[in-house]
Amino acid sequence: MTSTRSATLFALALLAPALLYILVIVAYPLFDTVVLSFTNAALRPTYDFVGWANYQRIFSAGNFTEVILRTLIWTFFSVSIKMIIGMAGAVLLNAAIPGQTLFRVLTMPPWIVPMAIGIFMWGWMYNGQFGMISGLLQNFGIISKPWPILAAGDSAFWATIVTDVWIGVPMVTIYFLAAMQSIPRDLYEAAWTDGAGRFYRFRRITVPMMLPAIITMSLLSLIATFNSFDIIYILTRGGPSGSTTTMIIDTYNTAMGSRKYGEGAARAVVICIFVTLFCLVYFRAVRKLQQGEAK
Amino acid sequence: MTDVAHTTEVAAVDSPATVKPKARVKATKAMIDRYKWYEVVALYAGIALFLFFVLAPFIEGFLVSLKPLSQLFSTPYSFIPKTWSFDSYVNMWTSVPMLGMHIFNSFFISTLVTLIVVMVVVPAAYAFARFSFAGAGLLLGGFLAVNMFSGAVLLIPLFRLMRSLGLLNTYWAMIVPGAAFLIPSSIWLLRTYMMRIPRELDEAAWVDGASRLYTLRRVILPLAMPGIVVVAIMTFIGAYAQQFIFALTFNSKTEFMPLPIGLFAFFGKQEVIWNELMAASFVGILPVMIVIVILQRYLVAGLTAGAIKQ
Repeated sequence: MTSTRSATLFALALLAPALLYILVIVAYPLFDTVVLSFTNAALRPTYDFVGWANYQRIFSAGNFTEVILRTLIWTFFSVSIKMIIGMAGAVLLNAAIPGQTLFRVLTMPPWIVPMAIGIFMWGWMYNGQFGMISGLLQNFGIISKPWPILAAGDSAFWATIVTDVWIGVPMVTIYFLAAMQSIPRDLYEAAWTDGAGRFYRFRRITVPMMLPAIITMSLLSLIATFNSFDIIYILTRGGPSGSTTTMIIDTYNTAMGSRKYGEGAARAVVICIFVTLFCLVYFRAVRKLQQGEAK
Repeated sequence: MTDVAHTTEVAAVDSPATVKPKARVKATKAMIDRYKWYEVVALYAGIALFLFFVLAPFIEGFLVSLKPLSQLFSTPYSFIPKTWSFDSYVNMWTSVPMLGMHIFNSFFISTLVTLIVVMVVVPAAYAFARFSFAGAGLLLGGFLAVNMFSGAVLLIPLFRLMRSLGLLNTYWAMIVPGAAFLIPSSIWLLRTYMMRIPRELDEAAWVDGASRLYTLRRVILPLAMPGIVVVAIMTFIGAYAQQFIFALTFNSKTEFMPLPIGLFAFFGKQEVIWNELMAASFVGILPVMIVIVILQRYLVAGLTAGAIKQ
């Protein structure tokens, strides 16, 4: 029934709406980004092709490599912390103790509330004069004067990471929890019978069995974090003095702030190249993992 | 693995002789889950710390909404309001004159996005779940590759596309691109679900002379309904939680702004009236939060269905 020509035609007809939608709204804009990156497009309706000029300009301007480096560091810390807290959260929520269901539900709000609204709340918490973090630290006598967290480069950099971690943690936790629960219980029981302790079981059973889930979640998280826009835009708009300007913020400012569409497109293309590289590394890792299993 | 467990269970019920091993298994389960008192304390302490991190902004935001502005801008800081005031819940309606409209817009945009995604995704997921045609794997990979690119990266051409389609400053400028980025994962999720529906059912309908479309409508759709519900809820939440960049860039009309953008205008001002901003945020998300709490079990199902490979 499924191998005839009419079956193929039927399948293609079923796929047509989704395919058309993605072609127009994602594939064409992607193609257009690459084309625009070789032009001097701006607000005026016409533009000319300028070859590699945009790429030469952004790489010779000096601060672009700095932006790339900053983005990689920002992403690295954010993703690593998300994975660690997410794993800790999954272990805690997996424990067979009263209140388990309630705790799982309470984990979800940052994920289902509009991101921007959660970020507004963080914006207030980071307030130097009257915010919660500066205020509590002063109340406990840890710092002696107000701490305007978003006003200094270093603290703003870490503050945006903390907020990004906060938004990402529920998803990672629930995903890890699901992967943890799909590990056959017999493995734990056998190890337990042999006298293996809780930590040993975690290290020798949980982590290896969850490796595919950890790698997949790392990639998904990596892509999302690398493209993270809302948090930095709302909290600092890339400031103070560029200390939280990641590639995506930089692209937005070039394209939508200065209306340099051509140059903005070139910066966007560089982002796409990085994301593609991440995916290639991921597929290599998955293949290695599968080969390891085959042996 | 589950089959074996299942057979033992059935056997145990059937003959009294095998009841004992089952009881032993139960005892093992109980003992492996038994914690020493200090482990229980550590677990609860860990959960408290974890949930404090997750919930602190909401608790603080809620308390801020109940503090009068003069107390908010005073030192030393106090976490609990010294005087309780509900003024911000009254005044916010004049500070954000279109608050009701923003709440409606958020809901409206997410609902339309969900409708579009479900209509597009159900046939596509069925095609991927049931038909093997040349290039199917490649096509599925192509769909998933969409997840690599965010709306922010494609903002420039999308802006130009929306402008040339005449959609700028309409609801559609937020709905159309919003839906596109939610289609791929929904296809994946629903395909996984549909693959679990026994193929024999399609074949039986085929033998009975049902057309392919009829089979999809009358056999597959009813069976896939729970999966479709999960996909719809996940899509709605995605559309609801991520309303920002398209609404920020493609629409400048106040009456079309969804809640986050409506409140962002508030946020951008020099003197932010924080207590009213927080009050408006809580009231704004309340309707959707109530719905989500009711549908909570589907949420976990949605997340986990995608996680576990078939």
